[in-house]
Amino acid sequence: MDEETRVIVQGITGREGSFHTKLMLDYGTRIVAGVTPGKGGSEVHGVPVYDSVEEALSEHDANASIIFVPARFASDAAFEAIEAGLNPVVVITEHIPIMDALKFVSYARDRGIKVVGPNCPGVISPARCKLGVMPAHVFEKGIIGMVSRSGTLTYEIAWAITRAGLGESTCVGIGGDPVIGMDFIEVVEMFQQDPQTEAVVVIGEIGGDFEERLAAHVRREKPEKPIVAYIAGRTAPPGKRMGHAGAIVTMGAGSAESKIKALREAGIPVADLPSQVPELILQQLRR
Amino acid sequence: MARLLEHQGKELLKSCGVKVPRGAPASTPGEARRIAEELGKPVAVKAQALVTGRMKAGGILFANTPEEAEAAASKLLGSEVRGFRVEKVLVEEKIDVLKEYYISITVDDSHRVRGPVLVFSPEGGIDIEEVARRQPEKVAKIPIDLAVGLRPYHARKAVKLTGTPEEDVKELYGVASKLYEAFRRYDARLVEVNPLAKCSSGLVALDCRMSIDDASAYRHPELGIDFAREMDRPPTRLEKAAWRVEESDYRGVFFFIEMPKKEGEHYIGFHGIGGGGAMIGLDALVRHGLKVANYADTSGNPTASKVYRCAKIILSQPGIVGYFLAGCVIASQEQWHHAHGLVKAFRELLRDKPGFPVVIVLAGNKEEEALKILEEGLRDLPIRLELYGRDYVYEVDYLAERMRKLVEEYVGGGGGA
Repeated sequence: MDEETRVIVQGITGREGSFHTKLMLDYGTRIVAGVTPGKGGSEVHGVPVYDSVEEALSEHDANASIIFVPARFASDAAFEAIEAGLNPVVVITEHIPIMDALKFVSYARDRGIKVVGPNCPGVISPARCKLGVMPAHVFEKGIIGMVSRSGTLTYEIAWAITRAGLGESTCVGIGGDPVIGMDFIEVVEMFQQDPQTEAVVVIGEIGGDFEERLAAHVRREKPEKPIVAYIAGRTAPPGKRMGHAGAIVTMGAGSAESKIKALREAGIPVADLPSQVPELILQQLRR
Repeated sequence: MARLLEHQGKELLKSCGVKVPRGAPASTPGEARRIAEELGKPVAVKAQALVTGRMKAGGILFANTPEEAEAAASKLLGSEVRGFRVEKVLVEEKIDVLKEYYISITVDDSHRVRGPVLVFSPEGGIDIEEVARRQPEKVAKIPIDLAVGLRPYHARKAVKLTGTPEEDVKELYGVASKLYEAFRRYDARLVEVNPLAKCSSGLVALDCRMSIDDASAYRHPELGIDFAREMDRPPTRLEKAAWRVEESDYRGVFFFIEMPKKEGEHYIGFHGIGGGGAMIGLDALVRHGLKVANYADTSGNPTASKVYRCAKIILSQPGIVGYFLAGCVIASQEQWHHAHGLVKAFRELLRDKPGFPVVIVLAGNKEEEALKILEEGLRDLPIRLELYGRDYVYEVDYLAERMRKLVEEYVGGGGGA
């Protein structure tokens, strides 16, 4: 993702879509068109609006999409973007029915298209392109690749990294839902290939087993670039429990302790506080 | 609620063709008696509670006569089973069981699968999780591709992997495919039958746990879900109120869950912004020895009216001696909506609370404006207000300590009574 990324904003005429279109344009993101069914022919912050992705693509050469469409219609928008071959497709919308998310995530995987989200803050490559809702000023171009399940925490840790003078190469908010497109492992692997990234920060959260799976992956593949982690929610209530099936499928994964233990056993240092992340990175880079 | 009671789940399974024992739910002992009379045979009287381990907790009783069923129902109705208040019992025919299977369909969110998974074990019954731990080879997990659906070969694989005698494979596939049908038809996160009993008339679902995807509840008005959030207990009055706020306004996100409280104890009303940042604030308060009344989160650029209603719900809890707004992040949402909402709620609820501590950290987009709105809007209230901006988003421990100090002074001065 860079200066060449040409974006379609789906749901551009809504409150959030229009608000963040303005912020992304201000950041320098090349937004070439917007889509809202029934609002074709209008304009939002100077961006032409079309009724469908297909119509937008007949006039503009876009290659990425960001979706702000309300939950009940968001999967329709995602399918439309994936079928049109836009890549990546960033889905900001929260509360999308899980069966819909499963279907478009699997459709995208079959077509080799990267979906970020749903329920995520998006992607930013500082000073190049922002495809998301994150506050831009906490980021600065640098050498740290960030991948996170949490929206807000990402900003906090990014700011710490920026203040420490390290800066970020790219930051991917993969989203907090149980079913999402890109996950930790895929993004960490991409950072291994990315010449601008020298170290990776992983920000996990209680629930699910993404962090445990990443730990197992790291033990197996032993990636070259150092990884540092933070896990949020040590005192939060454990919340959802999916009958016996949940326990059987995840086998005890999900708690902060389980994640921290798994990551540390894989040789990944885990910060106790977000503010300690930069120091941990520096320690790793000095090695 | 997105988790269904046993009798609701069984109705849905039945509509998909799964065999369940004959029976009906009852809300009074008299009803239970009438149902038992109609069945005309020994019955099980089962507390309808959203908990696991009902059998061990005494929530399932057996009765040979309608009188016994009535007595069992009056014992269970109104009682608590593992903290869940029983409002209904399910009265159904007692089944003679030859063998117990475990079977479920759930969503596996792992990297490889990201789709439905069929879980099967020939060792069903109350110790299934123990079986999964001790004898993982006795539990098969078969991923199902949404485009393919659940097919006979999946069932054959599950049976073979677990060393189950092949005699039941055809009927097991029948049940599995119907569970999958229910899973799809009702947008479920989980359809679980444990035990699936083998008896003289075939395979019968003796129990059923079903959870509907919260985000899909709107598609199923027929299920009468009035609280689309997964919980291990019935929602409290305030949680229901919070859900109605969220349901009626899609702009931004509002989440609220109450922690268990004891009478006479002091609690902090907790209000976070964004899941991760909110948890940092929550963790800090707990580290500093404060008790938290609730977890709340308003994010995704909610309207002032949503924030206002959130604050009012937080302050409506008993024993609240302080308010902590943990906007522990630099947010891109426009923070003045939060400021407006909080000013209105505090002006309504805190004007007669001299010394009531309020610690607010709010940073990001429209931060200066937001802090100014709060300062000016709350200036004439008698509360102890401390406002912090972006320089403090990392200083959660400092903020939690400030909260603790202010609460100490407030409670010490008699304000917490």
